[in-house]
Amino acid sequence: MKFLKKENLSALFEALSADSALYLPTKDKNGKTNYARYSAGMEYSDALNTERSAKDFFFPQTEDLVDFKMEGKTIEVIDIRKPSEDYVIFGVRACDMASFDILDSVYLTDPVDSFYAERRSHATIMTMACSAPSETCFCRTFGIDPASPAGDVQCAMTDAGLYLEALTEKGEALVAKISAMLEESDGAEAAEQGKRCHEIMDRLPLSKLTPDSFGGDTMMEHFRSEKWASLSEACLGCGTCTFVCPTCQCYDIRDFDTGNGIKRYRCWDSCMYSDFTKMAHGNSRNSQLERFRQRFMHKLVYYPANNDGKFGCVGCGRCLSKCPISMNIVKVMKELEDRS
Amino acid sequence: MNFDTLIPTVGVVTDIRQDTPDVKTFRVVGLDGKKPFIHKPGQCAMLSIPGVGEAMFSITSSPTNTEFMEFSIKKCGCLTNWLHLMEVGQQITIRGPYGNAFPVETDLKGKDLLFIAGGIGLAPLRSVINYVRDNRANYGDVQIVYGSRSMDDLVDYKEIIDEWMCDEGITVNLTIDREQEGWDGHVGFVPNYVKELNPDVKKTVLVCGPPIMIKFTLAGLKELGFTETQVFTTMELRMKCGVGKCGRCNIGSKYVCKDGPVFRYDKLSELPDEY
Amino acid sequence: MQGKLIERACALLESGEVARVIGWKSGELGYDTTPAVFETADELRADFVYGDFCGANLSKYLIKNMKNEGKTLVFLKLCDTYSFNQLLTEHRIKREKTYVIAVGCAGMADPERLRGLGVTGITGICTDGDSYKIDTVYGEKTVAKKDALCIKCLSCKGGEPVVYDEIIGGDVTPPEASDRFEQVRALEAMTPDERFDFWRGELSRCIRCNACRNVCPACSCESCVFDNPDSGIAQKAAVTSFEENNFHIIRAFHVAGRCTDCGECSRVCPENIPLHLLNRKFISDIDHFYGEYQAGESEGQRAPLVNYTEDDAEPSAIYDR
Repeated sequence: MKFLKKENLSALFEALSADSALYLPTKDKNGKTNYARYSAGMEYSDALNTERSAKDFFFPQTEDLVDFKMEGKTIEVIDIRKPSEDYVIFGVRACDMASFDILDSVYLTDPVDSFYAERRSHATIMTMACSAPSETCFCRTFGIDPASPAGDVQCAMTDAGLYLEALTEKGEALVAKISAMLEESDGAEAAEQGKRCHEIMDRLPLSKLTPDSFGGDTMMEHFRSEKWASLSEACLGCGTCTFVCPTCQCYDIRDFDTGNGIKRYRCWDSCMYSDFTKMAHGNSRNSQLERFRQRFMHKLVYYPANNDGKFGCVGCGRCLSKCPISMNIVKVMKELEDRS
Repeated sequence: MNFDTLIPTVGVVTDIRQDTPDVKTFRVVGLDGKKPFIHKPGQCAMLSIPGVGEAMFSITSSPTNTEFMEFSIKKCGCLTNWLHLMEVGQQITIRGPYGNAFPVETDLKGKDLLFIAGGIGLAPLRSVINYVRDNRANYGDVQIVYGSRSMDDLVDYKEIIDEWMCDEGITVNLTIDREQEGWDGHVGFVPNYVKELNPDVKKTVLVCGPPIMIKFTLAGLKELGFTETQVFTTMELRMKCGVGKCGRCNIGSKYVCKDGPVFRYDKLSELPDEY
Repeated sequence: MQGKLIERACALLESGEVARVIGWKSGELGYDTTPAVFETADELRADFVYGDFCGANLSKYLIKNMKNEGKTLVFLKLCDTYSFNQLLTEHRIKREKTYVIAVGCAGMADPERLRGLGVTGITGICTDGDSYKIDTVYGEKTVAKKDALCIKCLSCKGGEPVVYDEIIGGDVTPPEASDRFEQVRALEAMTPDERFDFWRGELSRCIRCNACRNVCPACSCESCVFDNPDSGIAQKAAVTSFEENNFHIIRAFHVAGRCTDCGECSRVCPENIPLHLLNRKFISDIDHFYGEYQAGESEGQRAPLVNYTEDDAEPSAIYDR
């Protein structure tokens, strides 16, 4: 394991951003933490999690897919894809890192989504171990260790400084590049912090939550549950949960007439929206109950059914803190597993 | 950059046939004048007019047709209205093929086949029917039960009369919902007609039509002694990507665009009835 | 107070006076209450909660309950009663199908503000006079109530609820209100460029989740123009960099004169955009041109923008600004 003294953090960021873009969590003027492209003097924010998830890097809210030029009866298709450049994302938490696996399982399976793949392949991800989890955290429910995130380089920040360990070839290449500023370390302090993190997780309110009652083979039982009516009763049908969720990956494709051509773009979409499944002759999910059910069934049942039992939630807790009515996957799980 | 399925190619409409008052059949080739791509019977393609919209349509021509592709499209929304206003020579965008197909080389091979269609539901089945006609030795008897609201709403009527009905080993049973002048054929709904015809329960069934027709047809078939494993149908839900990623055309854990659109009925019955 | 509300609601349910109760349901974390419909006394006794985290305005939920048989009991805080009146005025709900219990409110806490104060790892919250004692895995924290108040409570309307069948907790003192137009004046004092930059900065964070619209009691259209594919503006995301600005500006215009300043838009915004300031600017302008007007103050009142009087401001008034 490598070590970097805290006072050298800025130097590290300077080095990392020297020949490629570096993104890190930083506080905006309202005190909210989000990823931003590093520029000299920018401070790293050790807030537990960014307001918006890290999925934006690979799956931005809006992106142009293709342009069309229309003239008379003819159409010209213009491929506007641009190659991505290498970049580094610093400070990704274990939950968000795990969300990339879920996004990958959708976008990198045949047929590969070239837009996603291009950005994904050019990223080197430096993850950050959690030291102060919050009451909304339940990543361990889905087998994620907040103290030991995956990624290309696993990092842990203590009062003394930053511990780094390369986990992949890409990670090794990155560490090699900055090796001059790093010291060797046994990582005892980081390990100690990890242990404390686990102890805190044990004492948090959602520590006992398990996904055991869910999975692909529970489809009809959960689909038919009568509890969806009361669970979805107050749902506003907004897209907050979907858009702050690091694993929600559904999208819409739309056309926009610029006046001198058509831009076809894709944007995040939400299964909570009434037009999500609306066709010219009807809607397969007409009520908010059905739409609400779809979102949670997808994460807890449908996704595992198609992905060897892996769940479509990483327990980051964003929906818990952001839902306008405080309805969320934890409440759904607790209600549905309570079969009494 | 690698190929991306979301980026379509350009196709040209080379022929437009008015089938019924609200159904037209469009013939499409690529810019090179050739068939845009190879497909299997029952598969679909995304057609689009940029700026208007993009939607999934079943390919109604048979894979054995190597020259062009055909789509029978009913006017029912923004995009289809636009398509109906097109003239020959209009370019559209096309991408595909998407979805699975009717199992013409496995489950259907060597079997006596019963096609049941209602209205525009003939469109996806026409591809299979013509595929079977072109590979006649591989299949047993073929019976086609097809119904529409009226005589004028029978899609592909000319092809049915001039070609299908003339083929040996093919029986065609047509029906319309209500009596009409000039019609001396059967009158009545498809599900009832199927029951009246009392087809051999050894047949393998391919059914497509409005959901309500499919539902009653299936109930009728069960009464006659058919099992769900003998029945194949094809589904339609809202789609954007066509490759199981945009997340909206699922029935439970299955995506209609990728795992369907063709489902064997017993498999569909295991899923939530959200369609 | 919670006990009193439960007992009163149970009595009204059991007597058949009301068929259901719209209230708040307790959550998992001490602060995550959810609006809920209760149909039995057992449900109420098990899950009903009324405390410092019941910021949600329940009036809009009445709309979908109008189709149901019998009366619906709704608990409304002082500010929520204005929304209720406005919904009555707009014929979205029927007075005879509702039973309103106005509940005393000393201001509601916003968990987002607790987070902003660095309180995390919460395992329990209890009130202690003017402050919250919060148990966390990182030790006990004390937070002054006024520091955790919802933004909307900082400019509490005060006074009496404007509509009710009965009041419970009428003796509760509402939070001290500051001048709600202070920030509006600060915005007005900016140069146009500064103001433009301010709103561009704030609105650029919008993720188009529609939470502000969907929670807003004034946004009660059956189908919103932004959801209508034929409207030409039904976009889910920013097609152009001005898209989300457009959405909020149109929405503010659409609720102008009808917005009661209930503050739900800003409370629910996941990006903490101060959306209420847009509405307050309209309210302040309406006050300026037509005399003070508070939407929802009484049922059936005619809003200045849809009313004609000979004293109405002339369009030329714009030149004086």
